[in-house]
Amino acid sequence: MDVLIPLPVAIPLLAAAFLTAFGHFMGPRLDDVIGLAAAAATATISLLLLFDASGHDLVYWFGGWRPRDGVAIGIAFTIDAFGAGVASLVGVLVTAALAFSWRYFDEVGTLFHVLMLVFLGAMIGFALSGDLFNMFVWFELMSVAAYALTGYRVEEASPLEGAINFAVTNSVGSFCILFGTGLLYARTGALNLAQIGHTLAGHQADGLVVAAFALLIGGLLVKAAVVPFHFWLADAHAVAPTPVCVLFSGIMVELGIYGVARIYWTVFAGVPETHGPGFRAVLLGFGTAGALVGGTMCFLQRHLKRLLAYSTISHAGIFLIGIALLSAKGLAGSAAYVLSHGLLKGALFLCVGILLNKLSSVDELVLQRRGRELPLTGAVFALCAIAIAGPPPFGTFLGKSLIDEGATALDYHWIPLVVTVASILTSGAMLRAAGRIFLGLGASSEPYLSEEPDEQHEVEREPGRSQYLMLVPVVALAVAGIGISLVPGLEHHTEAAASRFRDTHAYVDGVLNGHQPHHAVLNFDLLTLTAPSVLWGIASALGAVLLAVAALNRERLRPGVVKASLHWLNRGLDPIRALHSGAIGDYVTWLVVGMTVLGGLFAVVVR
Amino acid sequence: MSYLPYLLAVWIFLVGLFGIVRSRNFIHLVVCLSVTQSSTYVLLLSIGYVKGGTAPIFKDVKPGTKAVDPVVQALTLTDIVVSVTVAALLLSLAILGKHHAGTMDPEELHPMQG
Repeated sequence: MDVLIPLPVAIPLLAAAFLTAFGHFMGPRLDDVIGLAAAAATATISLLLLFDASGHDLVYWFGGWRPRDGVAIGIAFTIDAFGAGVASLVGVLVTAALAFSWRYFDEVGTLFHVLMLVFLGAMIGFALSGDLFNMFVWFELMSVAAYALTGYRVEEASPLEGAINFAVTNSVGSFCILFGTGLLYARTGALNLAQIGHTLAGHQADGLVVAAFALLIGGLLVKAAVVPFHFWLADAHAVAPTPVCVLFSGIMVELGIYGVARIYWTVFAGVPETHGPGFRAVLLGFGTAGALVGGTMCFLQRHLKRLLAYSTISHAGIFLIGIALLSAKGLAGSAAYVLSHGLLKGALFLCVGILLNKLSSVDELVLQRRGRELPLTGAVFALCAIAIAGPPPFGTFLGKSLIDEGATALDYHWIPLVVTVASILTSGAMLRAAGRIFLGLGASSEPYLSEEPDEQHEVEREPGRSQYLMLVPVVALAVAGIGISLVPGLEHHTEAAASRFRDTHAYVDGVLNGHQPHHAVLNFDLLTLTAPSVLWGIASALGAVLLAVAALNRERLRPGVVKASLHWLNRGLDPIRALHSGAIGDYVTWLVVGMTVLGGLFAVVVR
Repeated sequence: MSYLPYLLAVWIFLVGLFGIVRSRNFIHLVVCLSVTQSSTYVLLLSIGYVKGGTAPIFKDVKPGTKAVDPVVQALTLTDIVVSVTVAALLLSLAILGKHHAGTMDPEELHPMQG
């Protein structure tokens, strides 16, 4: 099995290099085939690694530089079930995105494939790496590929602005990560995660450790688009090609959250002060703010890609809440949630891509009623929008119920409510858009929605092009995303993987001393349905449908009351809306403020 | 050990961020980003500094000679490569911006709001 470990990174990078060198000499569709084959092979090998890693962690030392006497010198890939799971999700989403873009762009261009493959390799490298500095390098590589993909079709000013906002904020985030890495190296003389964790374990947290932790976590939260680091995300999504949005929302943002969990449990969990309720409260606060601000902004959008982008911000907040519980249940919940969310959000973005391709717009109001000629797309979009609210036992239900149970076990009884409200807002907004576009419901103007500039056309409208071929990856992602909670044994496996992910001692021992106890996980029970989580799930899905119905029948409700409440709502929301100014200076200011608050709060709670 | 290099790194980091926040020109913005990143070079090199140490090239030197930490130097080199990549990409975007929108001012690009 060991020979397979470097392949998920090596295959896409080698294929990218090959396409860069020879792509121009090949036939028009050969580069599509090579790109797709490389992505599919990467996804397959990642899945093989996932099956292998479900028994015990895989550690691979590049060049055979194994640790001597418990001291790591070389550079390692450390693969556990979550790392391999993330890598598999990356592989599947990139494969779907490339299959979709086959029929999507008039002419895809070899460079698109090259960038997508580099993006793929870098994301997997980040997920599998067991070395802090290498995580930074993979992080930068995936970021640079992402910046270039955002500005892929620069024919107008707006892609440029989105790409630059994205590049500048994320670069500042990665400098923070590097700063934190440097401080940890200064303290421990190590870059291997296990080695750093081993050296820090049992010692009191001092100023340097707190600063390093705040810088590392803050830098990763920029990528994870958690409030107040989230501003770049909607701008980047609005302008990036739709198949690229699938990856941004489906997995890139989640990699930021994954990085937080990975670094916390390998490096900092051994430090005694980092377990307290105060510490939990800081992360919970950031997550809750993200879930609610993202949900609110999501409901105010008429630009479909920005709508879905804000829903990603809201969901990223929920993922952070799951991690912030610092318990196995919460972590398992976040992992299961990321999996189903990635598949569903991918399908939703691809539906928007079909709309853009067929109808040349992504504006909810412009598209009203015009989606009637695409009933299949509409059905998939609506089903995914409901499934992402987690109706039992479909879609994101497993993840949500695990987070709810984890929160209730720790006496955070308000968390299920926050998660439900955020789900209602985001799914309600998606269903409102679906009702207006595919059924023609609702008014033709909405005063509370954000104003929209003209959308650029990613693709020329070509009526002759078959919608059905584009629907194949969409339906595949949607079916997988809706049914994922029903996979037998998934709940048990996720929880088992989460408790191993949290076991810092076993991780350190496995990496530095090569002790890998084998865990047999042979439980294939269906997920358990507990009464509270079923009720919360029904409340989310039903609430989302009701919110959408109310928004679409706004005029039929009592007009006077609605008008007055809308007026006051608008007045209340204007400040939040004004914060999302699109100006890079404001975004970086918020980044600095967020970083200072994070560091300050950590310093207070660790004392 | 002197704290001065570390304070200097923090100072450069903050000055660069201040420049980004105040920037009204893309070229200026990219340069400020590079300034911010150069603070990490200062940080890394000061971490590896050994008083009286030579460059970590172990050819024709006696074993046991004091040398600065080669690891952070390798990190700094990687960091510089990253910095050049990002700067090149952003500058090419700036050129495209001038070409398509006719402006170098981030705030004149009619950013999307809300």
